[in-house]
Amino acid sequence: MTAFVSVTNVSKSFGDNLVLRNVDLSVGEHNVVCLIGASGSGKSTLLRCLNLLERVDEGEIVVDGQTITNGHVDVNALRRKIGIVFQAYNLFPHMTVLDNVTLAPAKVRGLARAEARAQARELLKRIGLEDKANEFPDRLSGGQQQRVAIARALAMSPRLMLLDEVTSALDPQLVAEVLQLVRGLAETGMTMIIATHEMSFAREVADKVCFLDAGLICEEGTPEQIFTSPREPRTREFLARIIDAGRL
Amino acid sequence: MHQVLQKFFSPHSFRVALPDVWQGFQLNLKLMVTAEILVLILALAIAVVRGLPGREAAPFRVLAIIYTDVFRGTPLILVAFLVGFGLPGLNMHVISTQSNFTYGVIALTLVYTAYVTEVYRAGIESVHPSQRMAARSLGLSYWQAMRYVVIPQAVRRVIPPLLNDFVGLQKDTALVSVIGVAEGALQAQQYSQNNYNFTSYVVAAVFFILLTIPLARFTDHLILVRERRERAQAT
Repeated sequence: MTAFVSVTNVSKSFGDNLVLRNVDLSVGEHNVVCLIGASGSGKSTLLRCLNLLERVDEGEIVVDGQTITNGHVDVNALRRKIGIVFQAYNLFPHMTVLDNVTLAPAKVRGLARAEARAQARELLKRIGLEDKANEFPDRLSGGQQQRVAIARALAMSPRLMLLDEVTSALDPQLVAEVLQLVRGLAETGMTMIIATHEMSFAREVADKVCFLDAGLICEEGTPEQIFTSPREPRTREFLARIIDAGRL
Repeated sequence: MHQVLQKFFSPHSFRVALPDVWQGFQLNLKLMVTAEILVLILALAIAVVRGLPGREAAPFRVLAIIYTDVFRGTPLILVAFLVGFGLPGLNMHVISTQSNFTYGVIALTLVYTAYVTEVYRAGIESVHPSQRMAARSLGLSYWQAMRYVVIPQAVRRVIPPLLNDFVGLQKDTALVSVIGVAEGALQAQQYSQNNYNFTSYVVAAVFFILLTIPLARFTDHLILVRERRERAQAT
């Protein structure tokens, strides 16, 4: 199987701070890869490099057979096929839920208004928020907002979804509804790269788990291997702390 | 005391001066509306230019900065002289053959666009970068992200300070009398000089006050609504 995403030897720094060091990663189509590791280990930056919200300093990223790091790529076209969902939802507060979901399909893909709305209502139904279509985001709970953010990304029919700690800002009782939605996406065969602190979820949903530490992919493997018999001492240490905290 | 009432608040003078001053004041209203519309559009354009990213846009950013610095720093009365007497003095086609009203609008627009540009710019900068990032990550171009996500939020936030600047603009329409626009203050002055009575100025003042009070209350109302909403969100 050829990789849908392949990251080769990518490095990225902000000033003196080296955030990614010679990262290699390959993600097959319809696969789910979970990135785990402490905050600041480079998970978010790696995701942002994949849709060019950040530019890499060195290395190469190929998405769907296209090299995106050579500076000749149509950034907007690339982003059309990569959806990203952020920790803080980042819904547009001045628009209704429905308008949040229809904006990009209408303006970027050029869908007719009626068509964009019909598609958005379909998506809202799928995430169980059909009745919130005309509400503004500040009237929704965090979990509901995050589900809308996922629907907004899905509305562009992306071939790859990047989820950047999508449950980290949520109250504990709201985490499940969002994870349920992501689980459903995985079942439909969506290719996903998920940065997460939800270890049980990663273990259940991932085809591959990568442990990042200080900008390096320190260890990667099947969830079974990473969570039950990690090879690297740093992975073991990280997981031991998670277990101590009662999170696994 | 009688003297004061007679010179400033004479009912007779009030009645006599009223029609002329009202006629002049209608010109203030026209100056105000025309300049405000132009200011709203031009200031937004310049604010956006000032925020353009990238090295290629640097010359435009610099021009925008020079413009705002120059016209925020120059007293309106000087700009009015320069435009109202300077441009006709050039003896050029079109530029030198406009009405005093037009020169008045130009002077007001030049100065107030500089103020309002700063107001818009503060609004645009107050929109969190994550909003732009979210828009761009959906495939929207820089301009689409500005048009649909950043500017609508920025404009909503700056409406109260914008209205404050417009109160200033309304009053400053009286200043373009110096280039011979027969607006309310100038009409009042003429009555006053002909009759040696200052009631006509009070008439003009009343018009200006009546115009600004509703706008000021409306601004207060908007600020209150927003504060309430923000408090509701914080809980």
